[in-house]
Amino acid sequence: MSKDKTLGETLQERGVSRRSFLKFCATTASMMALPPAMIPVIAATLEKLRRPSVIWLSFQECTGCTESLTRSHSATIEDLIFNTISLDYHHTLQAASGSAAEQAREEAMQENYGNYILVVDGSIPGENNGYSTIAGISNKDMLLEVAAGAAAIVAVGSCAAFGGLPHADPNPTGAVSVSDLIKDKPIVNVPGCPPIPAVITGVLVQFLTFGLPELDQLGRPAAFYGNSIHDRCYRRPFYDKGLFANSFDDEGAKKGWCLFKLGCKGPTTYNACATTKWNDGTSFPIEAGHPCLGCSEPDFWDAGGFYKALSIPTEDIGKTAVYAGTAGLIAGAALGASLRARKQSAVKNHERVTIDDLDEES
Amino acid sequence: MTDTEFLLWVRGPAFSAATFIMCAGLVIRFLEIFLLGRKAELAEARGSAAAGGFRTMLIRFIPDAGSFQRSGFTIVSGYIFHIGLFIVIFLFVPHILVFEAVSGLSWPGLPSNIIDATNVVTMIALVGVLIHRIKDPVMRMLSEFNDYLVWFVTFLPLLTGYLAFHRVALSAPMLIGLHILSVELLMVLFPFTKLSHAFTLWMARWYNGAIAGYKGVQS
Amino acid sequence: MTANGMPAPGFAASAPCAPATGNLVPLMHEIRHALTRWLEQGEKRVIDLRSIPLAPGEEDRLLEQLGEGEVTARLSIQGPSDIIETRYPGVWLVTHYDENESIMGRFIEVCEVPGILTSQADDIRAGLERLKDQLSNAETTA
Repeated sequence: MSKDKTLGETLQERGVSRRSFLKFCATTASMMALPPAMIPVIAATLEKLRRPSVIWLSFQECTGCTESLTRSHSATIEDLIFNTISLDYHHTLQAASGSAAEQAREEAMQENYGNYILVVDGSIPGENNGYSTIAGISNKDMLLEVAAGAAAIVAVGSCAAFGGLPHADPNPTGAVSVSDLIKDKPIVNVPGCPPIPAVITGVLVQFLTFGLPELDQLGRPAAFYGNSIHDRCYRRPFYDKGLFANSFDDEGAKKGWCLFKLGCKGPTTYNACATTKWNDGTSFPIEAGHPCLGCSEPDFWDAGGFYKALSIPTEDIGKTAVYAGTAGLIAGAALGASLRARKQSAVKNHERVTIDDLDEES
Repeated sequence: MTDTEFLLWVRGPAFSAATFIMCAGLVIRFLEIFLLGRKAELAEARGSAAAGGFRTMLIRFIPDAGSFQRSGFTIVSGYIFHIGLFIVIFLFVPHILVFEAVSGLSWPGLPSNIIDATNVVTMIALVGVLIHRIKDPVMRMLSEFNDYLVWFVTFLPLLTGYLAFHRVALSAPMLIGLHILSVELLMVLFPFTKLSHAFTLWMARWYNGAIAGYKGVQS
Repeated sequence: MTANGMPAPGFAASAPCAPATGNLVPLMHEIRHALTRWLEQGEKRVIDLRSIPLAPGEEDRLLEQLGEGEVTARLSIQGPSDIIETRYPGVWLVTHYDENESIMGRFIEVCEVPGILTSQADDIRAGLERLKDQLSNAETTA
């Protein structure tokens, strides 16, 4: 660990009262979706925490995840940066630039080799290494180099977790996710486009407090991604009653009915939007009247269209049916004609019907 | 393949392929039947063939007393699961959306909990039908592989639909994907098994009625 | 504005048919059970309101139902925190804000008094040291 003082000692030095610390623990527990009974455990653990070094690498991303993180109010970014972690490298937030920044990164890596946490946002061009570079180093090379000395990797955002937008058809840069390139380190995926700010900080704090969280089959922390939006949606009673909005701003939409028909991907999307919500619990897309895009799932950009309901086939079935009918007409005409000819010749030849004929299937 | 990729595949190319096979297959079957032709009726018409045909298509829904006595269980459970299938397939909103996407037609649906209850009743009726088929000596003697296959591909979408609706055991994309896949299996087998009775029964009833109507007798 | 002076979501007043999840009554029953358990066994209960999916407007209705009782305390601890005893003694509403008055957490605590209101041993010790320093300074200058 980089700094020798524990979090408890650091807070004490800064004159932060224990009461304030308890408030931080309570709000952190709430944000980590842990029951209030865990607050004393969190307090005890965080007190003794030595601030780990965190290196944040941004690759092919839109900076939305950093923007989301800086909107976090519970475990504010300041709390996080100054108290819980030592953010030694981050393009957008750091003061240094150019070679000074790269030097800071290399120093942090050397000093904490094997112990620092690597946070990645943005996807990585997997093959052609020229598409995205930092200080002349390709994303892939930088990731492999920094990951080698990391204790664990947190892939923030759908781009780092699954490839995200750059990975969408036709994927011109050959973008891949972190877990496509790194196979020998524990990786925690925190997807979302962007992820909920409280979830980003919650996962980081949970990881620092309790170590690697329980992960689902896509490497996401079960605490935040364990339930589908559909299972926690406040509009679920309308789905169950069969009351749906048919178009944006129609009567049903105004009454807050279910958005399944408008393409809501809630049933197949796992995230905390329906409970934790956005903007400090103000609202989330469905509450604002827009169907869920499924942004925390892999390949949500290519998942058949945002406004096509989940039960609808993605290809043009009407056209297929017409082609099939036409093909059937041709084949059927030929088959029918040959059967008819056979029948007529049988009649002409006075063939008798046998038991085998009756036994035939078709 | 991840669960999401599986769901996209069943909603995409697999659905198109199943539709192609079902539509082409049905058209081929119809042409096979129609092009065989009928022997010319040389006698004079004593009644209306068309009236007999139309009437018979509907009248056959009512079983006659003799049939009811002989196979009451089959008739009652048959009606239950057929009506149940109709309700579950055509009156559940996510299914109506599929029909709308394919044909442009739409109609109102029933509340989802009613569909769920109907599904359970339908599944029970189908299980009852299967048990009867196995235990009744005549049915057992008559039944062959195709009969059990047809029962299975009819039951599977109901079962997977129930599991997908209640989100049991597997992830949501996998459950929905399996449900759609089971429907595609049904679609593919439809024209080539006894399932095609859904369409051929109208032809059969019509012809029986038309023949009788032409002769001027009740069918 | 709600009873505790917290800003209400902008659209709530103009949504006449705001759908309810029906979580209010079960929640009040949970509080009722907690109060009984406190009286019978002295067991405290904390409910994190963030963990319950409430439809827009439902949280306001909950706060309205709980109301305000005899105690209102405002703490200044890295941003304000409000501790209010509701109209049901023993049922406390604890709301934590950050420096920008944005809500960071909201809990219902069923107990004698929320732990965070009481003075903490560490803080008392630190305060004692400060008092000792102040007194020794006062003596040397006197």
